[in-house]
Amino acid sequence: MKSILLTTAAMAMTAGMAMAQDVVRMGTEGAYPPYNFINDAGEVDGFERELGDELCARAELTCEWVTNEWDSIIPNLVSGNYDTIIAGMSITDERDEVIDFTQNYTLPDPSAYVAMSADVDLEGGVLAAQANTIQAAFIAETGATLVEFATPEETIAAVKNGEADAVLADKAFLTPIADEDADLMMLDKEELIGGGIGLGLRESDTELKEKFDAAITSMKEDGSLNALIAKWEIGDGF
Amino acid sequence: MFSFCTDPSILPDWQWMACYLTTGKHMSIYWSVLTVFLLLAITAPTALAFGFAGASAARSRIAPVSWLGRGYIAIVRGVPDIAFFLFFVIALDQAIEYLRHRAICPDWTEPVRQGNDFVVCAAAKMPLGNAPQWIHETYGFGLAVLTFAIVFGAFAANVLFGAMRAVPKAQLETAEAYGMTPRQTFWRVMVPQMWVYALPGLSNLWMVLIKATPLLFLLGVEDIVYWARELGGTKTSRFTEYPHGDWRMWYFLALLVFYLMFTRVSEIVLDRLMVRLTRGQATTGGEAQRKAAT
Amino acid sequence: MSCLQTIADYGLRSIGIGERLLPREDFTLCQQFTLIGSGMIWNIYFGLLALVFGFMLATAVAMGKNAQSKLIRKPSEWFIFVFRGSPLFIQFFFAYFLFLQLKGVHPFFDPFSAAWLGALIVLFLNTAAYSAEIFYGALQSIPKGEVEAADAYGLSGWPRFKRVVWPTMLRLGWPAYTNEAIFLFHATTLVYFSGFPAWQQRGDALYYANYFADKTFNPFIPYPILAGYFILLTLVIIGIFGLVNRRLNRHLPANTRQKMKLRMNLIR
Repeated sequence: MKSILLTTAAMAMTAGMAMAQDVVRMGTEGAYPPYNFINDAGEVDGFERELGDELCARAELTCEWVTNEWDSIIPNLVSGNYDTIIAGMSITDERDEVIDFTQNYTLPDPSAYVAMSADVDLEGGVLAAQANTIQAAFIAETGATLVEFATPEETIAAVKNGEADAVLADKAFLTPIADEDADLMMLDKEELIGGGIGLGLRESDTELKEKFDAAITSMKEDGSLNALIAKWEIGDGF
Repeated sequence: MFSFCTDPSILPDWQWMACYLTTGKHMSIYWSVLTVFLLLAITAPTALAFGFAGASAARSRIAPVSWLGRGYIAIVRGVPDIAFFLFFVIALDQAIEYLRHRAICPDWTEPVRQGNDFVVCAAAKMPLGNAPQWIHETYGFGLAVLTFAIVFGAFAANVLFGAMRAVPKAQLETAEAYGMTPRQTFWRVMVPQMWVYALPGLSNLWMVLIKATPLLFLLGVEDIVYWARELGGTKTSRFTEYPHGDWRMWYFLALLVFYLMFTRVSEIVLDRLMVRLTRGQATTGGEAQRKAAT
Repeated sequence: MSCLQTIADYGLRSIGIGERLLPREDFTLCQQFTLIGSGMIWNIYFGLLALVFGFMLATAVAMGKNAQSKLIRKPSEWFIFVFRGSPLFIQFFFAYFLFLQLKGVHPFFDPFSAAWLGALIVLFLNTAAYSAEIFYGALQSIPKGEVEAADAYGLSGWPRFKRVVWPTMLRLGWPAYTNEAIFLFHATTLVYFSGFPAWQQRGDALYYANYFADKTFNPFIPYPILAGYFILLTLVIIGIFGLVNRRLNRHLPANTRQKMKLRMNLIR
């Protein structure tokens, strides 16, 4: 477990609530734009920051943001270093055995490939993915060679310097990168893996789960979730 | 930071660099450099205290105490380096919570290990779930310091143990002849004299300690290694005002230079200290100084 | 699944032979022992090669640092200072990113960013610097009588070095060099924790130990297994180096022989 402890660039949310309540600690990775990243000011930013703040406001919770490496993000939730994972984590059966998820707050976003050229051998080539992701598990079961990296950033670097032929990751993460970098291109082939992204919680925290579920439902109903999804270009709305 | 930083995309190179290096995000890496110094400042004396306790215990005439001291030295030194770091922090964290759990919630019937979860009652959590962020950070940092101190304490204990034995026997016998008790002999004769014998070993240990600080990264503290990786990575213009390519090499080069300078300065300071401590001692170095002076 | 089957499946997993997927659930003790043991192949590979090549370079650098000419002495001193003065952990990171940049310059550098070559080079240079300092210290403490005796016998230049200086240097430096070797093997565990990525989940012992600790959330099994393997490895190194030490000291009367004093070292 690379990091059972964590220190962070987190800041207390100024939710302005009078109620003296337990602080809910929101664990995120801070390296997966547009879902979550650290902005120039050194604060957690992105789709999930805005979403999380709104959810906390609706559920009348005081929330605090905490970053943790992806590698150990589940172990640290389980051992109680924070209370939720809000880090672009797809809901999968394997994870569901260890932790609980709220309902999904994005539709399943297809995973896409980014490579240096269009004629990459996706069946037998070298494919990069972030360790412990649905994409890594997907590649491990195909004939391709899997190279794992600890951070999403490194998977892109691996393609650019030829370590890997292509990278498989969430489309919303790859799009801005492929747009900006002239060397990189997105392949047409997409993989539908995962069942949308949800908030991860400890299995024992049923009360907190209900609060967040209700908040997500209300955001889905009044369209504010779709507005956020459109703003940060995270696939289709509900 | 600077007034001209409002639109970085049109700035000339040096101004762009000045703005870039003073973003809020970069402040984090500067803070983490201070964290390194803080860690060293706290760990060094703590480890020395652990070492002193360990060495004194190992010398004890009471057998169990002596075994305890020797066991501490042998176990910590026998286990491979980083494995110890990876293992120890989790073990320490869980041990503390388990002990608190036992003390605070005696009527808790469920087992602590439930499959994958390590469950203790809410009141036994360290730190408490509703504690503010800075307490969590301090606790994490404290655990890291403790881990460092325990590991390096064993090494220091070994050095001090050797140094205590290096104090000339005749000195101790003389003290005894003057009617000093073993305790007095230990504190008044042995301890003041052992430092000169311990210093080479301790300064070596200090160098090793400096070079071990990047392992904070493995302990999950967001330290200089974390920030160098995070800041150096490619940045696209959509999410930052300062887009750039893969600069991680330069960040790590800077870290390399930082450590080289740090160890060099330490070397010089320790050499001076050695000269100071050797003065008037019955060692080759002390003798050489005496001859040079006359 | 029986334990023998597990060993057949995962015994050579770290070099890509056997079952492709790592175990995902119902982790058995046997699996942990097998996979972590399999990872030891890499630790031994890195340690052994770095030690052999490092030894040669270290001798040269130690001679260089001992040389009269400033032109030879200064670079040797700087080489030792750079590698001994900075953390190995940072050296790994820096080397990895440096090799990545070089890759863009010339395809010759393609294999360098893989751990088997890139990390090996770093370990090789690092151990060469540490060993060179040890050998330099030993060179300094060669009794001058031995060199004078060699001169009296008409030995000079290469024969004098080969037959008098070098064996004595080795003899004097050997106990410290043994520690360096043990320490080098321990340092190999850093490889997959720095920049170098693991291909197809082929990693060293610590990589797998960490994998199991992550999956089972229980550090109390895999890390002690790892520690056990390393203690075994350390004992083997001590044994082999002890034999060499006996040979180096065989001409001396029994009571003046140098005893091996073992000082475990920590992270460099």
